[in-house]
Amino acid sequence: MNWNNIVTVYLKELKDSLRDRRTLISIIVIPTFVMPALFFGVGKIAAGVVSKAREEIPSVMILGGEDSPGVAAELTQSKKLKVVPMAPDWKQQISDKRVRAAVLIPPGFEAGLKAGEAGPVILYNYEGELKSGFAVNELEKFFRELRDRTVTARLAERALPATLVKPFEFKRENVAPPEKVGGNLLGGIVPYLIIILCFTGAMYPAMDLTAGEKERGTMETLLCSPVPRVDLVLGKFLMVLTGSLSAMLLSLASMGISAVVAGMVFAGGAGAGKAAGAAQGGAGMIPIIDPMGLLGVVAMVLPVAVLFSAVIFTVALFAKSYKEAQSYVGPMIFIVIMPAVVGMLPGIDLNFRLALVPILNLSLVCKEMLSGVWHWNFIALIFGSSCVYAAIALSLAVRMFNREDVMFRA
Amino acid sequence: MIEAHHLTKTFKDKKRGLIHAVSDVSFACQPGQIYGLLGANGAGKTTTLRMLATLLQPTSGSAKLAGHDVATAANAVRANVGFLAASTALYGRLTAREMIRYFGQLNGLSDEAIRARIKLLADELDMHDFLDRRCEKFSTGMKQKTSIARTLIHDPAVMIFDEPTLGLDVMTARAIVKFVRDCRDRGKTVIYSTHIMSEVEKLCDVVGIIHDGRLVAEGTLAGLRARYGEQDLEEVFVKAVGGEAAVAAALKN
Repeated sequence: MNWNNIVTVYLKELKDSLRDRRTLISIIVIPTFVMPALFFGVGKIAAGVVSKAREEIPSVMILGGEDSPGVAAELTQSKKLKVVPMAPDWKQQISDKRVRAAVLIPPGFEAGLKAGEAGPVILYNYEGELKSGFAVNELEKFFRELRDRTVTARLAERALPATLVKPFEFKRENVAPPEKVGGNLLGGIVPYLIIILCFTGAMYPAMDLTAGEKERGTMETLLCSPVPRVDLVLGKFLMVLTGSLSAMLLSLASMGISAVVAGMVFAGGAGAGKAAGAAQGGAGMIPIIDPMGLLGVVAMVLPVAVLFSAVIFTVALFAKSYKEAQSYVGPMIFIVIMPAVVGMLPGIDLNFRLALVPILNLSLVCKEMLSGVWHWNFIALIFGSSCVYAAIALSLAVRMFNREDVMFRA
Repeated sequence: MIEAHHLTKTFKDKKRGLIHAVSDVSFACQPGQIYGLLGANGAGKTTTLRMLATLLQPTSGSAKLAGHDVATAANAVRANVGFLAASTALYGRLTAREMIRYFGQLNGLSDEAIRARIKLLADELDMHDFLDRRCEKFSTGMKQKTSIARTLIHDPAVMIFDEPTLGLDVMTARAIVKFVRDCRDRGKTVIYSTHIMSEVEKLCDVVGIIHDGRLVAEGTLAGLRARYGEQDLEEVFVKAVGGEAAVAAALKN
């Protein structure tokens, strides 16, 4: 192993890659522009859809209730609901989203209420549909209030205090610091994005420097040089790692910058009512992330970036052409996404066994670090095991490079 | 100086089983000589030359180039060999100068030595017009000149040419043939593989006819003509490999 050789190979590959549009797009353009755009764009659209759904006054239908005109009239007067005339195909109408929800008032409801007990009111909604959910929530609120009023009136009639049925109040308050809230909301998605970008950043240089070179015939030329094979592998590998890390760091930097910028924009326009709404929506999406946590994430990702680079390099090396390499490396992204997604799920916490599962352990420990929790024993274990996996993958890459049946596959 | 002793290479193939690409090939080539390896496609020329260039390891047998053994001192062998094949391409996104300099660096030359050598080679090969343009846009002639400069940057004692004129136009092919002759005249040891008879007649001091992985005949052009009683080299070749039927059978495989 000779560092001069490795640096020579690395610098040449760097120059070569920086002149390749495909590689440039994947390691610089996408992480810098597309990911934050996607991230904030989708977030903003989602927030917009939700607030629009909230603004809509849902149409509801009253089924029955002919002998309970008081309740029906009160519902009709409600500003938060729009009562539409009853139709026999109400179920179909809810499914078709023409009506958001329906309420069945049982016969003799008002009379029963006066007498002491009334039949159950049934609310119909379309489960899982956002706007139908809002409508049925309004209906539920309406009937809860009606019930509360009835209780209050009955207590008053009997000259009993209101505390008889509600002996105490309770409410909840958040004690977690703002970073912790950010960690939980985005603690899952930030490591997930970092893992994916680390992978895609390594993908294109790895395929170009191995299968791409074989296809173009430059691999044989390179193998004619007197440089030991291991130096060639390490020089090329360093370039792949550069791609992986640059994709990750650029995306983090650009996400950080856009978070700050978006925060300033929303805060500046908070005067008007509409802008205030937008600022609220924005504040929900732009979390306060602990910079120490982020630094920890970057440190933990390093060995995993080495692992990704070495594995993709090895797999792509086996292929004869860029296209063949793509068909091997492309599906690997699912293997990466799965543990990353599992790590994103709430409720899955680190333990010693999970700390040894590559990628998943990274996803979990990043979630913790971003929420201000530092389990040093897990952190050490995960960093150590990731380094071991990375070393194994790298030595595998060197071994593959020395196999003539791989390098000269017919 | 090239010495090959009983070089053998077998490959495993899933469908066809064990393939003897090269079997028991021995020959020697002295400095200032061109050894021509003549054979049909698939006869084992490329595999033989790749073993000499240490790109492939012999299954058995040995070879020495410029005093270094291909099995035990592969890096030293490559430092003394210039390998040019139809399959050794250029980095398209580098300029000719960058390409040649890269291989100078890989051969451990100093920046100064590389600069001087590029100047010399560019003068000789008339490359100054396109030295700083990217290789991807080159004509085949420009590519071939750049490749030649790449193989010569470290002034190797041994040159290996594997069908260097494959797919080239007449003028470029002629230039290559002239260049190979120049290499010999400067005292380099040259081995040259081809299936084109006229190139062998023009260039080679010693000819080895390779067929189905075996060296079936070897000698000077005059010697081979005398042995097979034919003036036309093509007829010599067909007789040496065992007649028309053998040629046809080899092509089927």
